[in-house]
Amino acid sequence: MIHPLRSIRRAILPALAAALALGALALPAAAQKLTGAGATFPYPIYSKWFDMYKEKTGIEINYQSIGSGAGIQQVKAGTVDFGASDAALSAVQLKDMPRKVVHIPTVAGAVALAYNLPGMSAQLKMTPEIITDIYMGKITVWNDKKIAAANPGVEMPAAPILPVHRSDGSGTTNIFVTYLASVSAPWKEMVGVGTSVSWPAGVGGKGNDGVAGVVRQTPGAIGYVELAYAEQNKLSVALLRNKAGSFVAPSLASTTAAVQSSLAMLAKDVRAPIANAASPEAYPIAGMTYLLVYQDQKDPVKAKALVDFIAWAMHDGQAVVEELNYAKLPESVIKVNMSTLATLSANGKKLLAGTPQ
Amino acid sequence: MTSAAATLRSAPEPARAETRGRAVGLTADEIYRQLLRALAISVFAVLVLIVFETTRGALPSIQAFGWRFLISTEWDPVAEKFGALPYLYGTLVTSALALLLAIPPCLGAAVYLSELASRRLGAALTFVIELLASIPSIVFGVWGLFVLAPWLRTTIEPFLIAKFGFLPLFRGFPFGIGILNAGLVLAVMVAPTIVSISREILLSTPRSLREAALALGATRAEGIAVTLDAARPGILGAIILALGRALGETMAVTMVIGNTNRISASLLAPGSTMASVIANEFTEATGKLYLAALFEIALVLFAITLVLNAMARLLVYWATGGRRDVAGAA
Repeated sequence: MIHPLRSIRRAILPALAAALALGALALPAAAQKLTGAGATFPYPIYSKWFDMYKEKTGIEINYQSIGSGAGIQQVKAGTVDFGASDAALSAVQLKDMPRKVVHIPTVAGAVALAYNLPGMSAQLKMTPEIITDIYMGKITVWNDKKIAAANPGVEMPAAPILPVHRSDGSGTTNIFVTYLASVSAPWKEMVGVGTSVSWPAGVGGKGNDGVAGVVRQTPGAIGYVELAYAEQNKLSVALLRNKAGSFVAPSLASTTAAVQSSLAMLAKDVRAPIANAASPEAYPIAGMTYLLVYQDQKDPVKAKALVDFIAWAMHDGQAVVEELNYAKLPESVIKVNMSTLATLSANGKKLLAGTPQ
Repeated sequence: MTSAAATLRSAPEPARAETRGRAVGLTADEIYRQLLRALAISVFAVLVLIVFETTRGALPSIQAFGWRFLISTEWDPVAEKFGALPYLYGTLVTSALALLLAIPPCLGAAVYLSELASRRLGAALTFVIELLASIPSIVFGVWGLFVLAPWLRTTIEPFLIAKFGFLPLFRGFPFGIGILNAGLVLAVMVAPTIVSISREILLSTPRSLREAALALGATRAEGIAVTLDAARPGILGAIILALGRALGETMAVTMVIGNTNRISASLLAPGSTMASVIANEFTEATGKLYLAALFEIALVLFAITLVLNAMARLLVYWATGGRRDVAGAA
């Protein structure tokens, strides 16, 4: 016990002294540090972006993945330079903010339905109605007529269905229930949309790994997890019938297609849900994650750094998102974001003079 | 009055003059005393601050729901309607189940370790049991989810449903996770507390009691019964401590209980506890009322723990008649 402590002390003291000395010398450089807080879902790609950006420009961005809810609180309190949320703010939440806040979508994600049906070789096919009924507790066995009809030629087991949902508040849940509400009026009325909802049926697992853990452990279970998580863990995922009527597998391409397909709405308001998109290639359970930024910033130097970073993330940053299993934004949405950035100002002065397109 | 006080004040003067040489020592003593007092008070102040902050955080929810918060079963973050009953229920049922499952074998183990086992074996076994207490709770959670749940699903729960399915307690599907699993995991987690404290208590009962019982012609079992009777308050204290741990356990329970806000009579059904709902939901609690409702749950949990601790103290005090020489009085 003594040795590590001593070595820590040995390491800390000079570091502390150095930090103090640097702090005294490099006071103007403090502006080259940005802080953000919020969503956990985009944390892997954000931290990669921050590393790359620091290497390129020397600007350090400190991000705490404390959850969307806490991120929104921090933006409201003005303790961070930007927030991040998996759920777009509602009109009420926007009004609650002290000043106008803009949304900047950064990457898209999809939610896959993972299932555990031992002995079934064909990939499970699901329709919006079946998914809603399972999570409403109306369909409770796998050999239900509706499931059999969607999976012709496949013999479904007579096992009970265990629907699994997230027990913790989560942007993944928000994407999933946004989809359910868009395909089912009863769901919209009785349960609604949010990062956590009052589930009519099923059991909850904490985090993607909690849901996947229950699904893996329980024959007959079905649960929703982030696409990235499902891919990394090679879970069996269901094909979903989309709005155009074709069965689509969750993938990065079908997620980007969902964003592309919702462009008309996104151009008006980037907060528009992209669930149940119309394109035949689009995977229906998809959503975007957002940065939350005050339109009029207080500190011009920091504000400039922030805008430059976001512009970079929209261009060079997008090139690396697929390595981490996020779906890229289509070019058209990047254009929408760039025009949002052009409206940002610091104490009334516009920040983005020459928009790097 | 004034003159009397003045006399009193002036009275020790000569004595003080005599000990002037030690005045510095006295001041140091005084400083030391004040410092320790400040430290003692600061612990108390932290407690007061926690209660104050939690209550302040809970205020919007207390104002919005009043007492209905404790009896409403609705927990709907979308409609911003919050009631804590499912979580109160889940906390109490899992804790009660844990104690019910843990107490008989743990007391048996404590009696064996203190009365029957050889000194060496007793010490070795106690060490192993106490080691259980140092395992992080997430490990118990993983064990519950990946080892206990499949076993419950394939063996125990189908058996319970087949044999005792006529009771509402054992109805439903055998999914392996739920109240029963949480109760079992908690039982294992509280076992070391009950065993090691009960053993200490039994060891510290006066030897004369046992000898007197044996002298009167009691069998060994009867002798042990006399010892157990003498140790009762201490053992009760151990159980209350175990209950405290069961009530507050968060991570392991969250992983195996199934996390739903429905109240079900069946032990096979999923449920939720107060600690698990806070851990689950606070990071994404975006609404003001939502966060306040979680704060209020924390407050209720805190109150329950406080009441239980006070009860344990009273129980021990009452059972020992305030004497400190009886086993477990401390």
